[in-house]
Amino acid sequence: MSQKLLLSAREIDIILHRLACQLIEKHDDFSQSVLIGIQPRGVFLAHRIKEKLEKDYQIPSINLGQLDITFYRDDFRRSQEPLHANATNIDFIVEDKHVIFIDDVLYTGRSIRSALTAIQSFGRPKTIELLTLIDRRFSRHLPIQPNYNGRKVDAINNERVIVNWEENNGEDSVYLINKESSI
Amino acid sequence: MSTLSVNHLLGIKYLKEEDIRLIFETADKFKEVINRPIKKVPSLRDVTIANLFFENSTRTKLSFELAEKRLSADVVNFSAASSSVKKGETLIDTVNNILAMKVDMVVMRHPNPGAGIFLSKHIGASIVNAGDGTHEHPTQALLDSYSIREKLGDVTGKKVVIVGDILHSRVALSNIYALKLLGAEVKVCGPKTLLPKYIEQLGVEVELNLDKALAWCDVANMLRVQNERMEISYFPSTREYVQQYGVSKQRLAQLDKEIVIMHPGPINRGVEITSDVADSKHAIILNQVENGVAIRMAVIYLLASKLK
Repeated sequence: MSQKLLLSAREIDIILHRLACQLIEKHDDFSQSVLIGIQPRGVFLAHRIKEKLEKDYQIPSINLGQLDITFYRDDFRRSQEPLHANATNIDFIVEDKHVIFIDDVLYTGRSIRSALTAIQSFGRPKTIELLTLIDRRFSRHLPIQPNYNGRKVDAINNERVIVNWEENNGEDSVYLINKESSI
Repeated sequence: MSTLSVNHLLGIKYLKEEDIRLIFETADKFKEVINRPIKKVPSLRDVTIANLFFENSTRTKLSFELAEKRLSADVVNFSAASSSVKKGETLIDTVNNILAMKVDMVVMRHPNPGAGIFLSKHIGASIVNAGDGTHEHPTQALLDSYSIREKLGDVTGKKVVIVGDILHSRVALSNIYALKLLGAEVKVCGPKTLLPKYIEQLGVEVELNLDKALAWCDVANMLRVQNERMEISYFPSTREYVQQYGVSKQRLAQLDKEIVIMHPGPINRGVEITSDVADSKHAIILNQVENGVAIRMAVIYLLASKLK
């Protein structure tokens, strides 16, 4: 197994700033927009983006929810690993709002496809956009693209992109891990 | 652990503690789902479930059917009263005919104890026991323990008394297994004629005096007197039963604490509990019904994920 550092903590910080600015350009004071972190790993990124918007750009009380897509996945009974559900917590109205999905890595697009179905259980958003930290382009199974993106990565299928966050992994970093090559 | 240790839910006896905890965690997620504006998820859209009810049921049947539909499964219903069972067909033949129509899972209620276990040895589908005679009613016990956990935080260390007709009750047996697995202390209370011999071997204590049992417990699970299963008289009169084993406001007022009152339904109002108790804030009877749907969704979801 070999690993390569794709993004350092400093690079991630710069990217988060840029993503926050891009969101403000489009969504202004977020009075009609809500952030939805996709469980499990998109939630960390969503909290970071919210923190940046609030602390660095003084936009108060942005609605942030968590959406679990387990029950909406299209690989139930097809995947080897049993699917474990996480909590969904959306305590505001999404009807007629501009929804921004936030996930750390965009890979096949299937999670986002599931999230698009899942969010309908909570109402009919006006628009839905997608923000990702890493876009593994060329790996898509479905016609889904991010509206806001941190870094594009060309990774082959036996490579994995791992996003670490200080709050649960001790540091902010993104690694590309190749399972097959040996050191 | 994120998968069940069993392929069927035949009884609590065959589950491990971790299985029950996994079912509870999954039910938490489904409880959130059934409180959304749109109470449905597409997980089981390629699963077909047959509900075979060889014995009457209102709430269990409805609860299973709702759970299945909220998971987007295809559902077929069958009740013995309107079927070929009346023409003399055997259980295996009936079920095999239904399975030939490509059914993945069978939810069965049957008057004979062990019917689900028998069936699981002969057919390929996953089986959920929705009550087999006086033997087990596993989903009821799961939702009862889940409701205790929801109300009191945890089941471990809680004192639960099961009151009434223990002898004819599948709810009692499943509840005893589930509560013991989860680390609760359990007593049973009722007239001696309605307590099975050797019940102590299950690790429960017998208490014949209801007032003492209520003073001891955190939760009282009141069972229905099952007149339909009684061929002989087990107590002199309903009036005497009510005097000794019926829970009333006055009885609860004598206690120096608040206890939780549960009932698996259907209630004989004025027999095992009075109306004012059934409708009071002590009672979590309707919470049990709501939790029943979430628990059954969790059980079906977890079993379906093991289907080949």
